[in-house]
Amino acid sequence: MASTVIPANRAPAPTPKLNYLNNGHTLKSWLLTTDHKRIAVLYLISVTAFFFLGGFFAMLIRLELLTPQGDLMQADTYNKVFTMHGIIMVFFFLIPVVPAVLGNFLVPLMIGAKDLAFPRINLLSWYLYIIGGILISHVMLTGGVDTGWTFYTPFSTEYTNTKIVEAGLAVFIAGFSSIFTGLNFIVTIHRMRAPGLTWDRLPLFIWSNYATSLVMVLGTPVVAITIVLVAVERLFHLGIFDPRLGGDPLLFQHLFWFYSHPAVYIMILPSMGVVSELIACFARKRVFGYKFVALSSVAIAVFGFLVWAHHMFVAGISLYAAMIFSFLSFSVGVPSAVKVFNWTATLYKGSISYATPMLYAFGFIGLFTMGGLTGLMLATIGIDVHVTDTYFVVAHFHYVMVGGVLMGYLGGMHFWWPKITGRMYPEAWAKLSALLVFVGFNLTFFPQFILGYVGMPRRYWQYPPEFQALNVLSTAGASILAAGYLLPMIYFVWSLRYGKIAGANPWHAAGLEWKTTSPPPTFNFDETPVVTWEAYNYDEIPPWERRAPVAR
Amino acid sequence: MSEHEEHTTHSQGFYLAIGIGLLVLTATTVGAAFVNLGPFNPIIALLIATIKATLVVLFFMHVKGASEKLTGAVVVSGFFFLAILLSLSLADYLTRSWR
Repeated sequence: MASTVIPANRAPAPTPKLNYLNNGHTLKSWLLTTDHKRIAVLYLISVTAFFFLGGFFAMLIRLELLTPQGDLMQADTYNKVFTMHGIIMVFFFLIPVVPAVLGNFLVPLMIGAKDLAFPRINLLSWYLYIIGGILISHVMLTGGVDTGWTFYTPFSTEYTNTKIVEAGLAVFIAGFSSIFTGLNFIVTIHRMRAPGLTWDRLPLFIWSNYATSLVMVLGTPVVAITIVLVAVERLFHLGIFDPRLGGDPLLFQHLFWFYSHPAVYIMILPSMGVVSELIACFARKRVFGYKFVALSSVAIAVFGFLVWAHHMFVAGISLYAAMIFSFLSFSVGVPSAVKVFNWTATLYKGSISYATPMLYAFGFIGLFTMGGLTGLMLATIGIDVHVTDTYFVVAHFHYVMVGGVLMGYLGGMHFWWPKITGRMYPEAWAKLSALLVFVGFNLTFFPQFILGYVGMPRRYWQYPPEFQALNVLSTAGASILAAGYLLPMIYFVWSLRYGKIAGANPWHAAGLEWKTTSPPPTFNFDETPVVTWEAYNYDEIPPWERRAPVAR
Repeated sequence: MSEHEEHTTHSQGFYLAIGIGLLVLTATTVGAAFVNLGPFNPIIALLIATIKATLVVLFFMHVKGASEKLTGAVVVSGFFFLAILLSLSLADYLTRSWR
C-alpha cells in the first residue's frame, strides 16, 4: 500500500460521506461487525447499562444508610445489594470501561493501523462480556449472592446458600473477555504500528493500555482458576481451602488478591493514559518527562503484582510476610507519584484552557492523589489493622476507582466524543456536570474517611446513631453525584442529533487519531500514515492554533 | 494452517501421540493417588503435572520452534509471574512459625 507523509499540522478534513457509523445500518451489520470502532460503541452501550445498574444498587445502599436502623431492607437483602453493586461495578464496568470502549476505539487509530490484530477475537470478547453480563443479571433476578464481590472462603464454599457458582461463572466468562482484549492490544501495539511510530513516539495512552494488557493477560487466568477452585470445593467437597479437608483458607485470599489487586491497576492505568493525553492537549505542551511517564505505567503494572497481601494484614499471614508486603506496597507509590508530579510539571508555563475534558483531568489528579495517599496509610500495617473493614477502606478505594477511573473515563469521553460521533457536546452543560461530579463525589466519600476512622465498619445495614450526620452527608452527595452522571448521558444522546459538527480536529490536538476524519472511515486512514514527528509536538503547531478552542 | 506461519508444524499423528501421552500421564496421576507414598504423593503429582504442562506449552502452543521473539517473551514473563505468585505466597507460609 502506498504510504503518504501526513503533515503534523494538516488542516482538518471535511466530514466524509461514508464513515464507520453509516457504513451499514442493519442490526446484523452491528452485531457481526469486526470493526474495532463499532465494537467500541457496542461496549460503550453495554458498560453504560451496567454502570447505571451498579449505580442503582449504590443508591439503594446509600438510602438504607440514611438512617441508623435497618428500615429499607432486611440485613440479608442488604448483603446481596452491596455484593451486586461490587460485582457489577468491578467486573462489568470498571475493568472493561476504558480499555474496551476508549482503548478499542483509539488504539488502532493512535498507532495508524486499520484495525486490531485479531478483529474477530475482539468481537468474541464483546460476546463473552455480554454472556457474562446476562448470567450475572440472571443471578441478580433469581436470588443474588451475599458474599461481597470478594467471594471469601469459607463463607462462599461452606456456608452461604446463594448463587455462588453461577456468579463465579459470570465473572469467569467476563474475565476471558478481558484476556482477549489484552491479548489483542499487546499484539497490535507490537506488530501494527505505522512506519516511523517507534516506541518512544507512542502516545502515553498507548503505553498505559499496553501495561494494562500485560496485567490482564498475566493476572486474569489466576482469578479464573481461583473461582473454579471455589466451585470445585463447594460442589465436590475437595479440600482446597477447607483445613478439615487438608486445604488452607488463606490460599483463597492469596490467589484472589494476586489478580484482584493488580485489577485496580487494570482500572486506573488506562485512565492515567487518558489524563496524559488531556493534559498535553489542554496545556499545549509535550508531557514533561515523557519517558518516565511511559515507563512508570509498566512499573506500576509490574509492582502491582507484588503487593497483594496488604489486603490480608489482619487475616493471619506471617508478620514477616506482612512487613515485606507493606514495604512493596509503598514502592508502588513511586511510579504513581512520578505520573502526578510530571502532569503537574507539564502544566508549568503551559497555555492552559479549561475545556470540560481538562476539568475532568484536574479532578482526576486531585482525587487520585487523595486515593493514593490514603493507600499509603493503608500500606502501613499499624494503621491498616486499625481501619481494616471500615469505611476508611471504602472511601480509599472509591477515591481511586471512582474518583480516578471515572474522572479519566468521562474526561476521555468528552475529549474523543467528537471523534467517535463527529459531533460536539454542549460545553456549558458538560462543565456543569463536571462540577456536579466533583462536588458530589467529595461530599459522598470524604465523610466516609472520617466514619471509617472513628470505627464504622463496612457491609452493615445498621449503625450507631452517632454516625448518622456523616452518613446523611454521604447520601446527599451520592444524589448530587447521580445527577452529575445522568447529565452527560442525556446531553451526549442529544448531541448525536443536535450537536455542532466537530470536524476532524476540534481541539487542534496532536496525535494520529485527529488526522483522520470524524467519524473515521471504516479502515481509519485512506492511506497509511508515516510518522516523522515526536508525540505531543505542540510546539510545532502554529501560534494561532496553540490555544485549544473551547467547544460551544 | 496457512503456509506463511512462522512456527514449525507437525503431522496430525504427532499431535495425536502427544494427546495420548497426556491422557496416559493423567491416568498415572490418578493411579499414583491410590498408592500411599507419604510425602512423595504431592511431589509425584506435581512432577507429572509439570511434564504435562511442558508438553502442552511446547507442542500444542507451538512454543518449540517458534521464530517469533515475542512468543519467547510471553512464555518467560508467564513463568516469571508464576514465580512471583509462588515465592511471595511462600514468604507467608514458610515464615508463619517464626517468632
